[in-house]
Amino acid sequence: MCATCGCGPNSHEHDHSHDHSLQPGNGKKIVDVEQDILQENNLLAQRNRGFFEGRNILAINLVSSPGSGKTSLLERTLTDLKSELNFAVIEGDQQTTNDADRIHATGTKVTQINTGKGCHLDAHMVLHAVQGMKLLPDSVLFIENVGNLVCPAMFDLGEQERAVVISVTEGDDKPLKYPDMFHSSTLCIINKIDLLPYVKFDVAKAKEYARKVNPKLEIIELSCTTGEGMSQWYDWLKAKILQPV
Amino acid sequence: MHELSIVMSIVELATAQAASHDAVAIEEIELDIGCLSGIEMDSFDFAWQQAVKRTILEHAQRRVNRIAGKAFCLDCETEFAMAHLYDGCPVCGSHLCQVKSGKELRLRSLVLPD
Ligand SMILES: Nc1nc2c(ncn2[C@@H]2O[C@H](COP(=O)(O)OP(=O)(O)OP(=O)(O)O)[C@@H](O)[C@H]2O)c(=O)[nH]1
Ligand SMILES: [Mg+2]
Ligand SMILES: [Zn+2]
Repeated sequence: MCATCGCGPNSHEHDHSHDHSLQPGNGKKIVDVEQDILQENNLLAQRNRGFFEGRNILAINLVSSPGSGKTSLLERTLTDLKSELNFAVIEGDQQTTNDADRIHATGTKVTQINTGKGCHLDAHMVLHAVQGMKLLPDSVLFIENVGNLVCPAMFDLGEQERAVVISVTEGDDKPLKYPDMFHSSTLCIINKIDLLPYVKFDVAKAKEYARKVNPKLEIIELSCTTGEGMSQWYDWLKAKILQPV
Repeated sequence: MHELSIVMSIVELATAQAASHDAVAIEEIELDIGCLSGIEMDSFDFAWQQAVKRTILEHAQRRVNRIAGKAFCLDCETEFAMAHLYDGCPVCGSHLCQVKSGKELRLRSLVLPD
């Protein structure tokens, strides 16, 4: 909004008799746009969210650095719970179909989005993926984002929950280095705890840092390899399904 | 490099605005970019140079208002300057804070030739 003349937030034009911050010369036209740059993504995300809520689909956006264990977490979860819940997966990957193939091998419906050079999924890509998927009501949709702790943070996909995965091989200061991701997530999974005896990773510190960025963040420690802690994650998942938002 | 997607969105928004005003060029563009918005300004500048080539913004003068981070402590109700999302309340130390400003990512205005 133009502070001087108090004109509204809607895009319009007007001739200024006062000095504007841009100080245009004579005959030039100032357009006060006042638009959120992420507006289009946010609108599409809202559309996705409405679609999910209408069908009671729990959509979870999985984010992490490359290799923290997103696909491993899905493989194990889909295998362990497939007799209890209906799942579907969207796999975001820059180049390959490797992750989608791994999901397919568990017998779960999977759609691949190749982002090419793109370093994150956006709501538009998810909208199109979902259109071709025939998602079942009361199901769980996992969306594995591109392995990257920075870029996906800004793009709402319309998910109900955002789970950030870190592994103990990464360093316990990840939450401070990538605060945006931890700020925008609802769950943090600390993976690969089977490796704790071999690496310098202070779990208490990692949790403390994560809660500095986001005091409401839930945190679960587990190992996709040994299965330790997986039951906590399953409890979390089932609780989210039982209480639709 | 999500900055590239951000710049591309800006180009799209600006192009649509210019078209609706029958403008063939944009002389100036004014943006609000909050200090807590997750935009790295070096990456943003680099992305800008790449992404505005052969667009209506190619020769536009760019003005960026950096909006400082501000938060409100939900425990003691202090409002304080927040440089990082992990900063706590300087009075009571609480991290239960609401970000009040600094997350902006906005196309504010354009100057079009007559
Ligand atoms: N020791 C150990 N290794 C694990 C665990 N979970 C995953 N890994 C290994 O970590 C590597 C990467 O796992 P992925 O599941 O592919 O990781 P990702 O996050 O999907 O990776 P990108 O999709 O490339 O970002 C694989 O070699 C896994 O076997 C774990 O709990 N413990
Ligand atoms: Mg993967
Ligand atoms: Zn306080």
